Amino acid sequence: MNGTLTTGDIRTAIPLGSIAATDKTIFEHIHSWLVTVDHKRLGLMYIIYALVFFVVAGIEASLIRIQLAAPNNHFLSPQVFNQLFTMHGTTMVFLVGMPMIFGFANYLVPLMIGARDLAFPRLNAFGFWLSVFGGLLLYFSFIGGEGMTGAGSAPDVGWFAYAPLTGKAFSKGHSTDYWILGIMIGGFGSIATAANIITTILSMRCRGMTLAKMPLLAWLNLIMCGMVLIAVSPLTAAQIMLLLDRFAGSHFFDTQAGGSATLWMHFFWIFGHPEVYVLIIPAFAFASEIIPVFSRKAIFGYPVMVGATLAIAFVSLSVWAHHMFTIGMTSTGNTFFAISTMMVGIPTGIKIFNWLGTMWGGKLRFDTPMLFSTAFLFQFLIAGLTGIMLAAAPFNWQLNDSYFVIAHFHFVLVGALIFMIFAAVYYWFPKATGRLLSERFGKWHFWLFLIGFHMTFVTMHVPGILGMPRRIYTYEAGRGWGIWNLICTIGVAFQVIGTLIFVINILLSLRKGRPAGNDPWDAWTLEWSTSSPPPEYNFAEVPTVKSRRPLWDIKHPSDPDWKFE
Amino acid sequence: MKTAPELDLISCPESRDAGTTSSRPGARLTRWVGRASLPFYWLVTFILIQQGAALAAEKADPALVPSIFSPESAPAHAISHLAGFVLVITGAIFVVVAGLLVYAVVRFRRRANDDETEPAQVYGSGPVETAWTTVPFLIVVVLTLTTARVIQEVQDARKPAAALDVQVIGHQWWWEIRYPKLGIVTANELHVPVSQGRERLPTFLDLRSADVVHSFWVPRLAGKTDLIPNKVNSMWIEPERTGLFVGQCAKYCGTQHAKMLLRVYVDTREDFDRWVKEQKQLAENDPTAAAGRLVFERTACINCHAVNGTVGNGRFGPDLTHLMGRATLGSGALTNSLEGLRAWIKSPEQFKPGVLMPAMNLNDADLDKLAAYLATLK
Repeated sequence: MNGTLTTGDIRTAIPLGSIAATDKTIFEHIHSWLVTVDHKRLGLMYIIYALVFFVVAGIEASLIRIQLAAPNNHFLSPQVFNQLFTMHGTTMVFLVGMPMIFGFANYLVPLMIGARDLAFPRLNAFGFWLSVFGGLLLYFSFIGGEGMTGAGSAPDVGWFAYAPLTGKAFSKGHSTDYWILGIMIGGFGSIATAANIITTILSMRCRGMTLAKMPLLAWLNLIMCGMVLIAVSPLTAAQIMLLLDRFAGSHFFDTQAGGSATLWMHFFWIFGHPEVYVLIIPAFAFASEIIPVFSRKAIFGYPVMVGATLAIAFVSLSVWAHHMFTIGMTSTGNTFFAISTMMVGIPTGIKIFNWLGTMWGGKLRFDTPMLFSTAFLFQFLIAGLTGIMLAAAPFNWQLNDSYFVIAHFHFVLVGALIFMIFAAVYYWFPKATGRLLSERFGKWHFWLFLIGFHMTFVTMHVPGILGMPRRIYTYEAGRGWGIWNLICTIGVAFQVIGTLIFVINILLSLRKGRPAGNDPWDAWTLEWSTSSPPPEYNFAEVPTVKSRRPLWDIKHPSDPDWKFE
Repeated sequence: MKTAPELDLISCPESRDAGTTSSRPGARLTRWVGRASLPFYWLVTFILIQQGAALAAEKADPALVPSIFSPESAPAHAISHLAGFVLVITGAIFVVVAGLLVYAVVRFRRRANDDETEPAQVYGSGPVETAWTTVPFLIVVVLTLTTARVIQEVQDARKPAAALDVQVIGHQWWWEIRYPKLGIVTANELHVPVSQGRERLPTFLDLRSADVVHSFWVPRLAGKTDLIPNKVNSMWIEPERTGLFVGQCAKYCGTQHAKMLLRVYVDTREDFDRWVKEQKQLAENDPTAAAGRLVFERTACINCHAVNGTVGNGRFGPDLTHLMGRATLGSGALTNSLEGLRAWIKSPEQFKPGVLMPAMNLNDADLDKLAAYLATLK
């Protein structure tokens, strides 16, 4: 710790427990959460916010799947269908993925590097509330106009909002404005929080924790936040240009006045592709903490893992146009982006091998977090391989904008990211609440979700190969797509039941879960050295570390890590 | 040009009937969902699953399943070969890595009789890391070289002098198709000659958009290429078998993106020449339908639609000069027939909600006359 806090501060700080014990009214409790600048409370609020929107986006997805279960279905009107897939995509990326990873980064990074809070606690609260208001603004679009059942004026331009469909000529009313402003406000919050986490990791690590001794989670979050700074800014810039087009008569993307449709595509995907890695690197971070603990081994090849992540981050900045293989780039352009995209496969493969190397020779304990992590490895492998297929530009000319792509990126974002988020919730819930989640519910959750996931998303590759484009609200009988879509939809039922069990598990375990103690998993990083939940100041005494696994050193004084690293 | 079995397979009339029977419970259920979404929509799913199973049980005509792995044209063949190669390599990687994962999960599970000691701590291994960096690198080199070759083969293909030129212009939500050298304008159905025998006869498509971004995709003939406003793209096909090939717009382009269907008829050269000759003629002027023609010319129809040989020369909607040569209306929204025409003109919204063609509110007599006239436009 860099000397900003002394033991005197700790004595004057009030432990969390004693706050709860005082006779506060419910309003005072709510007020204390609203005005909090504590990284743990903000982290939890981020995660709860993301979980709420996860359920909302899940309902949207379910409605979409019901509509597509049979050909020529009339369950949803085309307009509502288009609004639902737009809102589902936008919600999952911006209101579930981003807040979820920032929530975990907020909660875990200071605890794992032995700090007492983020570098700028108030900026942190500011970032969180911007995200909240962005989300609320976006969802406010459902109200008004034709109201809830007509889906109001919710955006219907798709989550990547290609110009010129978003121009005034083709998107009348204010639905697109909700999309622009809601996301843009959240984007400012993301940039603030990313800067905050970077500063914290670079300048607030406890004594002895050099960069090379940080937990991998801290490293990966550092890289992720760096990518947020680089990636979100172009999106914000493009959104401001689009706003100018819509309100001030400029013509950046207004093709009818000579503007460029491909300009928007470049701007969006220069954001959009790094964004995928922004979302998936935290999943790698969770895996890199959970797999070692449940394998009972140190992470295999720590420096290689850091290097591979840096390589992914770097290469991912030059792959954006693989979303645009069909726009008529030159053959040279297509070749460049095919090569750069396939290159990402190398560091990604290295990461998978290192996690396997970590499990190799271990004593694997399959508690729920490890179950989800193992499934993550399997699914991320498939996602990577379908990614290679999509990177082969000519193959992409067929697969682009088909259901194959939908299946591919749901393997990344659900099969890898959401599975690792579930793993992370099961793993760190006891730290945040002091109680363990039920293992029985956890296993039901895991198996139902796993079966449902594979029913839906393995199957979904097939209609894509059979020529079914994405974003169609209905399709003809006789094209051979019906049966596959039906199986996809049935799979959703399993995922919904699994998620319900997860939510019930959280609510029940909050009150009745088995007390966790400080270190329920016999783990090795600093967050497990403090109480569960941690006091407001995290550590009564700022720790000093000598290795990447400080608690291993304490537990095995005769065989400490620092002798070998 | 259309034949009876093909007609049966497009959306109507069977599927429209299926639609109306399902729409009544659908509307009721939508209201339920509005009130109490979560518990009820699984009931809805259950009902739809029953319906869906019935529909899915209908046999799909293999010729009309637009699978990317049943190519019938040069670029689609090249892609399908590359795809096969990539699938073999990725399949091999999958088997090896997933096999290692399964082995690790089974072999290194904690057993009931394990003691509490920790396993040996291994922090990494230089040679191992080098090995599993080198192998993926070599695989990537092979894949990129193969990919680059196919990109060139397809994208930089030389255009033979005999090639047919076609302009395709995307509109919300239909395809304008022009043969500039032949002076033909049509919509939604592309006719091309087969490339068989002595000389190659590919078709080169010039792709443009009148409004938003669309994408031309007929999977069995070629990969997709986008139609982008202010940009001219091109692609080519070289079908080696006659028949009907279906496809549709692949880039989300607004409300009716789903009903922007494409039909490509690959004809023998004789059939194609005959078709060209027919298309070049002025519109049929059947005296028995003169009253209907008058309705057409005196209503707003002519602002958007052209019929060669009348005052109608609008370009906002499809050219109707040889309307009855086409199998569908509304870019695949319903079957083209006298009854279909009448129903479509009366209420386009019913078949294609959001369509830009307005209902003209004609009285029944005018509607009959107009439909009868349009039905003469062979």
